[in-house]
Amino acid sequence: MARSKTARDAGSRVLAERRPSHAAPNLGRRPAAPIVEMRHASKVYPGGHVGLDRATLSVGKGEFVFLVGPTGCGKTTLIKLLIRELKPSEGEVLIAGRDIAKLPESKIPYLRRRIGTVFQDFKLLPNRTVYDNCAYALQVIGAPRKEIKQKVPDALRLVGLADKVNSYPDQLSGGEQQRLAVARAFVNHPPLLLADEPTGNLDPETSIGIMQLLYRINRTGTTVLVVTHDREMVDKMRRRVLALDEGRLVRDQAGATYHEESTSEFGVRVRAEMGVREGHTNGETELSHEELR
Amino acid sequence: MSRIFFFIAEAFRALRRSASPSLAAIVTVVMTTLLLGVFIPVIKASSTTTSNVQKQLALYVYMHADATKKQALAAQKKIDKVQNVKRTDFVTPKEGLDKLKQNVGESEIGQGITQLQGKNPLPYSVVVHPDNANDLPAIQNAIAPEGKNAKPISPAIEVVNSGQQTANAIRTVTNAVKVMLTVIAILLLIVSLLLIANTIRLSIYARRREVEVMRLVGATNWFIRWPFVIEGLIVGLAGAAIAVAMLWLGKLTIIDPLAHNFALIDNFHTVGFVPLIIVLLGASVVVSMLGSGIVLRRFLRV
Repeated sequence: MARSKTARDAGSRVLAERRPSHAAPNLGRRPAAPIVEMRHASKVYPGGHVGLDRATLSVGKGEFVFLVGPTGCGKTTLIKLLIRELKPSEGEVLIAGRDIAKLPESKIPYLRRRIGTVFQDFKLLPNRTVYDNCAYALQVIGAPRKEIKQKVPDALRLVGLADKVNSYPDQLSGGEQQRLAVARAFVNHPPLLLADEPTGNLDPETSIGIMQLLYRINRTGTTVLVVTHDREMVDKMRRRVLALDEGRLVRDQAGATYHEESTSEFGVRVRAEMGVREGHTNGETELSHEELR
Repeated sequence: MSRIFFFIAEAFRALRRSASPSLAAIVTVVMTTLLLGVFIPVIKASSTTTSNVQKQLALYVYMHADATKKQALAAQKKIDKVQNVKRTDFVTPKEGLDKLKQNVGESEIGQGITQLQGKNPLPYSVVVHPDNANDLPAIQNAIAPEGKNAKPISPAIEVVNSGQQTANAIRTVTNAVKVMLTVIAILLLIVSLLLIANTIRLSIYARRREVEVMRLVGATNWFIRWPFVIEGLIVGLAGAAIAVAMLWLGKLTIIDPLAHNFALIDNFHTVGFVPLIIVLLGASVVVSMLGSGIVLRRFLRV
């Protein structure tokens, strides 16, 4: 028990504890203390392939940032560097001001607990129910049962999976698996949420649902970094965009004509704009949503 | 406390979910424990037999064929006084013949004995039991010293047969058997360990993706490892329990009824069934637990 307490303290030191609040989030502005910082970070894979080429960037607390670029440009490499799945070949990767390459092996789990990650391939545990998959993220940090019983249903309700609690991942549609991955990443309210292609292979309606979810999470004060190649969605969100090409950071564009809106306003607006462009009728999207199930 | 229950629940979940690899692991443990459970008593028994043979060693003092009973009894009294002699048994020619008949049974020699037609060629003899088998040469030397002018302590004594050569022959054979059994047992132990390790490796390999996900969600190595170790404990315990039950059944149905007939198997009792069970249970649990914990290491480097 004493062990887990010190463990938690260590985790808090890596990333300062941040409770979700509905206070005004840090919109658009660049705050002073960056939560993610890269200084000339490079990753060269064994065999010479360059995953990331001297990337320098900084993301402030409470920001919502998109990372875009063509397939194989180094987006996933960047995510892997942030959670220390990979070590940079050169340069520094700092989380909350700490060089995580210098983090001892035994402290890595505590770093990962403070970063919610939605993986491209979801990485759900196949032999656990929706509830248990989500609960695992809390069990790992030694959360008391009472807290788990309260937080897991909340998170599942947030992503709209409250009625699928006892299903297994292979009984879920792609969108539902995606949303479960988001719920697991967010269930212990990490200060930083990374999402790797959260809308990949999903129909527009489901994509908007997920984006709305990430938007809602961002509004609770969580810093959100979304990797995507869905240019249209990025345009609609009107947020800061980082663009990678062949491992290089080629664009860092602040959210332009951004104005604050509630989650539902956001959903209505994006749906309207996308619906017009894509020519989707409600009936069609409903149908494709059903097919996924 | 709740953590321990969580780990145990996780272990049982894993066992239930991957029933066939778990079953394979249990069967492996059963087989190896069973083999060990048979070999340990056999090796033990072979060494106790050697010491038993030594315990049974005695000197056979034969009188001259024309020595009277009185002379023979006088000789026995003298022998009784020799140092390190525990006790002596007086054997009359009739008793000697009876014993001989018993030993040779219905063989050709047995047929020959019946042709003696009442004549008994055997002399009086005395069986000398020593305090310790190692004292035999000294006692023999005291009764009938070697050398040209040396004479036995009693003129009635013709020859002293120590049975030392027989004992040596038995000892050589049992030693050889013991070495062979030990080598086989060691090989068996190594094979068992490899087999168990491999079975565990397979069952963990099937779940390496799961372990990877756990790592990426922020589980510490020990948080991932404990359920596997407990799983190993359950597998080891279950396998050993089945093997012990089978050994016990085998002991009841095969060994015990035969025990009266064979000296070697009779010594089975000296091993002690309870210590054997404890050793087997302990060994298989420790091996399975350590196996799980160590094999997992390579999958924890994410």
